[in-house]
Amino acid sequence: MDMQNMTALAYLVAAVLFVLALRGLSSPETSRAGNMMGMLGMAIAVGTTILSPEITSYGWIIGSVVVGGAVGLLIASRIAMTAMPQLVAAFHSLVGLAAVLVAGAAYANPASFDLLDAAGRIFVASRVEMSLGAMIGAITFSGSVIAFAKLQGLVSGKPVVFAGQHWLNALLGVAALGLVAYFCVDQSPWVFWSLVALAFVLGFLLIIPIGGADMPVVVSMLNSYSGWAAAGIGFTLHNSALIITGALVGSSGAILSYIMCKGMNRSFFNVILGGFGGDSSAA
Amino acid sequence: MHGDFVSQLSIFVLAIFVGYYVVWSVTPALHTPLMAVTNAISSVIVVGALIAAGPVDMTQAKVFGCIAVALASVNIFGGFAVTQRMLAMYKKKK
Repeated sequence: MDMQNMTALAYLVAAVLFVLALRGLSSPETSRAGNMMGMLGMAIAVGTTILSPEITSYGWIIGSVVVGGAVGLLIASRIAMTAMPQLVAAFHSLVGLAAVLVAGAAYANPASFDLLDAAGRIFVASRVEMSLGAMIGAITFSGSVIAFAKLQGLVSGKPVVFAGQHWLNALLGVAALGLVAYFCVDQSPWVFWSLVALAFVLGFLLIIPIGGADMPVVVSMLNSYSGWAAAGIGFTLHNSALIITGALVGSSGAILSYIMCKGMNRSFFNVILGGFGGDSSAA
Repeated sequence: MHGDFVSQLSIFVLAIFVGYYVVWSVTPALHTPLMAVTNAISSVIVVGALIAAGPVDMTQAKVFGCIAVALASVNIFGGFAVTQRMLAMYKKKK
């Protein structure tokens, strides 16, 4: 079997382990085993990628993993159990930012990702995928930062509402999608980076009208976004591990936030549109 | 190229359905741990970051890739570790 097939098979094993991890976390008896499956799946996904021929230099990678991993473990061991929702929000912001950076890397050096056509332009399909990935990643990042700040009490948990808010968000959303469309005909840096900047603003504006009491639902929603961002980038890089896992996280995160709304007897749309749930946790 | 896209789209759509069905039966007490583990799993974006960080030459892509690897690593190690801590507490309480 050639290397490419081996890699794809290993990614499949990792994806199955992620499914079992999510399943395992659904009930107390299987939850610990589920978490182990998740770790194993991640180890296989990372190990497989590192062994793939695209990776020829290890020093910086090892350094980055060691620094990031140490910070992560330190935070995880020190954090108070009561601060869990904001910790998850903070972690999401990192995934969002990582997604923006990976999309940015693919945009900066498309040749090394095999994304160039004969004329030396980035494939139109790849432009759509990388711009959507960057946009959703940026929304995830700034949205999660706000969610974190609200849960941590750094800013008031009260919903921030103003006249015409939904219209403004709709306008910005349309403008962002317009930039994605324009990026297909013009691959200049200003288009890509304006889109990223606009998406940062949009993520911020989408979350400020939501009250602190509804933040756990929002955190789960943002989790879902980070999955869609990963899937978008998976399409760009033709990477099955990213596509499968991104879709899995995207849909399960959305369902989980729906279940949480039901549990609180709240309407999903009211929570997402915001202006309700002025709150409690930011005391 | 096109056949390739369709097969990628197929696994994407099927994975959405798997994600949809897999979490419906979660017990309320496990919402937060489930969220934490989903978060850890979403850092699979590290795969893309590693590919960006892979080449020998120090390009903009490599710099972005290395930063993304570090950010995702915080999330991977932190996410799974914190889930384990939560689950350990859950067991003690029983």
